[in-house]
Amino acid sequence: MAEMNDIVEAVFKGKMKEIGNLVQGALDAGTEPNTILDDGLVHGMDVVAEKWKAGEVFVPEVLRSAKTMQTGMDVLKPHLVGGDRKPKATFAIGTVKGDLHDIGKNLVAMMLESVGYEVINLGVDLDPSVFVQQVEKGIQCIGMSALLTTTVTQMKLIIDSLQEAGLRDKCKIWVGGAPVTQEFADEIGADFYAVDAAHCIDQLNSVYSD
Amino acid sequence: MIVIGERINTSRKPIHEALEKRDKAFLQEEARKQEAAGAAYIDVNCGSRLNTEYDDFLWLVELVQEAVSVPLSLDSPSAKVLEAGLANVDKRPLINSITLEKERFDEVAPILEGNRADIIALCMDDSGIPNATEKIVENAAALVERLEGLGLERSGIFVDPLIQPLSVDTENGNTALKAIERIMTDLAGVHTTCGLSNVSYGLPERFLVNRTFIVCAMASGLDSAIIDPLDKKMMTNILTAEMILGRDEYCSEFIDAMREGRLTP
Repeated sequence: MAEMNDIVEAVFKGKMKEIGNLVQGALDAGTEPNTILDDGLVHGMDVVAEKWKAGEVFVPEVLRSAKTMQTGMDVLKPHLVGGDRKPKATFAIGTVKGDLHDIGKNLVAMMLESVGYEVINLGVDLDPSVFVQQVEKGIQCIGMSALLTTTVTQMKLIIDSLQEAGLRDKCKIWVGGAPVTQEFADEIGADFYAVDAAHCIDQLNSVYSD
Repeated sequence: MIVIGERINTSRKPIHEALEKRDKAFLQEEARKQEAAGAAYIDVNCGSRLNTEYDDFLWLVELVQEAVSVPLSLDSPSAKVLEAGLANVDKRPLINSITLEKERFDEVAPILEGNRADIIALCMDDSGIPNATEKIVENAAALVERLEGLGLERSGIFVDPLIQPLSVDTENGNTALKAIERIMTDLAGVHTTCGLSNVSYGLPERFLVNRTFIVCAMASGLDSAIIDPLDKKMMTNILTAEMILGRDEYCSEFIDAMREGRLTP
């Protein structure tokens, strides 16, 4: 499986120009497209997430790796049976009402997509009802972001709205953003506090392990 | 360079603890040290004290202005807190901050009537935090026009272009630098200011990024910053850049700073 190691390394190192040829080479050698995806591209992003969590790589490198993975996906996608493969789970994420910050939230969305989750990016400044609607539609993973001390309180309102609608036990809730702490997450009854995207991936994988 | 000293903020642990213990001496010393290091305003922010912010803020305002001779920067997400702060200061303060977001503008505008305070104006509106020079400048112009309409003078308006992280888009530095230049020319007479924690988000050696960015921003016209004036390397870069940019007559500030041991070569 030498070529898988090469793909993992190309994703990790962000070798955008080489990834296409590597994926094509693996396909030509008869490797299963799903193997290339899981053991190559996605595994490469898993490595990136681990290193990020450990503080060994930085945001621009993560973005470069994600872009590299995407470039590899463009080559691989036509060969995947049924086009798209089934995502591990669907995660709806957004920034709470009154808050326009989106950088951290978008990083989480991008990383989760890279490691095989389907992500619905709801945007910013969202009314609690937007989150409730997602759970009504059957989405089981909800992520909320807030960057202001004044808007972080919205998270409790959203959880309360879900309680009132009788939907709280239909979903898992992640919270994150600068003013959020584990203590706060516990206090408002969220399921997970994600320090960053890498932690969020770990927590999701713990719920949706194969 | 108009330095707004950012240390008295309860999101910083030592300040949070000092406030909990009502350690007046410690907090006053924090204010004094910032003034001595060159702060023109002492920012006071206890927005993290969600339930007790109002009372905590007034307590802080009183003890800080007792300790220093420079004015305060009243920093709160709550218009009510800002208004109470304004009623309790004896020197014309800076209010931190107003934005073009409808709700925020309408809340803070009444406090500014009567021209009793300077203002930090953040270049964001209800559509979000802009990431193109054109949109930043457009928001800045709209803010200045509306603030002038309230009776403020340009010299009392500190426009913050809201610098975005370099880590997610390497053009974010240029975008902000060009915006600063445009604001300082198109809206001549206003100040530009900024915080620095955003620019280096997601990068290693953040302090190095921050203190190099500020030199670039000063070259584009930035004449104020919300920083920690006790960060000696930062202040050294600022003082040196001021001199290089011809804003230090006879290089006297620079030389004095050297004699007083304020420079870190």
